[in-house]
Amino acid sequence: MSIVFDNVSRFYGEVLGVNRVNLTIPPGVTSLVGPNGSGKSTLMNLMTGLIRPTQGEIRVLNIPPDEPERLFQLTGYCTQVDAFPRGLTGYQFLYSYLRLHGKPDAECRQLATEALERVGMAEAGNRLVAAYSKGMRQRIKLAHAIAHKPLVLVLDEPLNGLDPMARAETIALFREWGQEGRHVIVSSHILHEVDRISDQVILLSHGYVVAEGQIQGVRSEVTDQPIQILVRCNRPHLLASRLFEQDHVVEARVDSDNKGLLLRTRDADRLYLLLNRVVMETGLEVESVAPADEDVNSVYQYLIGHDGGTA
Amino acid sequence: MSPHWKLWTAQVAAILRLELKKTLLSRRGWWMYLLFAGPPLLTFGHSLHVMSRGSWNCTIGEDGMIYATIFQFFYLRLAIFFGCLAVFGNLFRGEVLEKTLHLYLLAPVRREVLLAGKYLAGLIAAIVIFGGSAALAFIGIFLHFGQGFQDFLWRGPGLQHLGWYSLVMVLACIGYGAVFLAAGVVFRNPMFAGAVVMVWESINGYVPEILQKFSVIFYLKSLAPVEVPLRGPLALIAVVGEPVPAWLAIPGLLVVSLLVLLYAAAKVRQMEVSYSE
Repeated sequence: MSIVFDNVSRFYGEVLGVNRVNLTIPPGVTSLVGPNGSGKSTLMNLMTGLIRPTQGEIRVLNIPPDEPERLFQLTGYCTQVDAFPRGLTGYQFLYSYLRLHGKPDAECRQLATEALERVGMAEAGNRLVAAYSKGMRQRIKLAHAIAHKPLVLVLDEPLNGLDPMARAETIALFREWGQEGRHVIVSSHILHEVDRISDQVILLSHGYVVAEGQIQGVRSEVTDQPIQILVRCNRPHLLASRLFEQDHVVEARVDSDNKGLLLRTRDADRLYLLLNRVVMETGLEVESVAPADEDVNSVYQYLIGHDGGTA
Repeated sequence: MSPHWKLWTAQVAAILRLELKKTLLSRRGWWMYLLFAGPPLLTFGHSLHVMSRGSWNCTIGEDGMIYATIFQFFYLRLAIFFGCLAVFGNLFRGEVLEKTLHLYLLAPVRREVLLAGKYLAGLIAAIVIFGGSAALAFIGIFLHFGQGFQDFLWRGPGLQHLGWYSLVMVLACIGYGAVFLAAGVVFRNPMFAGAVVMVWESINGYVPEILQKFSVIFYLKSLAPVEVPLRGPLALIAVVGEPVPAWLAIPGLLVVSLLVLLYAAAKVRQMEVSYSE
């Protein structure tokens, strides 16, 4: 069971929201990455039925988004909108909207309490939402999205306004939900945090899906950019001189501590073979070999660039 | 009761809990309490003034006509009209402006059920406020007659009049409520639609009889227990239509309201919320 976008486009008048999106999002944590206006919120609003596609079809666990009575039994959405009904405490807010599920009073009380505990707001539950800090409001929104224990969680910039401790706790929650087999779809601008969370990423630019999949797979498809590999060893200068004889190695930079060598190559497989040979021939002591640009940030820079335009 | 109806009933109850708190207990609704308190204060004040003088030179019939005038011109044309415009027009549009509508749309509630719950909440609030006010004002205006009022109420037509006024009040809330709820769903600014409806309802007595039938006030006037004659120069150009019998006016108004609500439900089903863009 997946979330499926089948040739989905959405226009706001003549302005493009997203165009010809074909996606199949499996369970786990999926990050939507892209600059402002790239279509992240549009995709989220489309899959939750807050807006409708101009063309194409969407299915969330085989449910069309225009059937809220079925969809939101299984789905929770934490939007970017920072607005709440007046005069409610955090607990009353959660309880009141849980009652819309048609659940009995006792169950709603229990779910509201559990959700507050889950986001670390148990103590503040009896205070008015209007008196909350931005971080607390963000957490109560998260609690609202998870209170009914949905299988699909859609979270639009959920880490905004959270302090470092809360960010770490929230990221741990996302991972836990992903590992439980839920669909967790997160949009974020903070690329190193996306890296820590995601099982797969969807890169968006100007309303188009630029790349999707596991980050290693996405990186390997970016063939016009040499792959970066960091080798930690005892004689990086020697290694650099040997590797530079090869035409596929385009750059080698020795770390300032003289213990590491950053390589850029057009052919990683040949580089690894050569590295083995150098080790055998010279007795080089290698501490570690690791890809240096198989992360969301690098892929983002390669495909989308600093200015948000598609590279 | 089928599981669907059981679920929808529970959901409507949950919507009522949220909406009634917002409508009845909101600090923003202070002006509705003024509308609620104004006429009863005046009529009770009138009775107290007359009683303090110890004698009066008006009859129950005359005070009944004053009440009928207050009812038709203050309650129907002003308080209920503008009250319903504010209450029902804001049920959806107000939430769009406050950016809280998505919280409802992200719940597993059929949008038709959401509309029904909100309409019911608006109806309860309007009937409690304006119905309560009109009933108090009715008691207040006749209070100084003492035993005469009791006779009028229990042995005369008083209770029947109060019943008809209450029915007209409820029907006005149902009719105007449906119109303004739909306006709040369809238009960005329901006040504009309200102004158009207000003009139409105000000139109702001066348009051809056939056109008079396309208004709420025409049916409500037909049901009022005391007819208020038009006076002054405008009476010369007024077109007095044949009153519609109650058996036609009541179901007619209910059917028209239902049709308007069905249209609003279709619109709500298509409604999009994109204020996060």
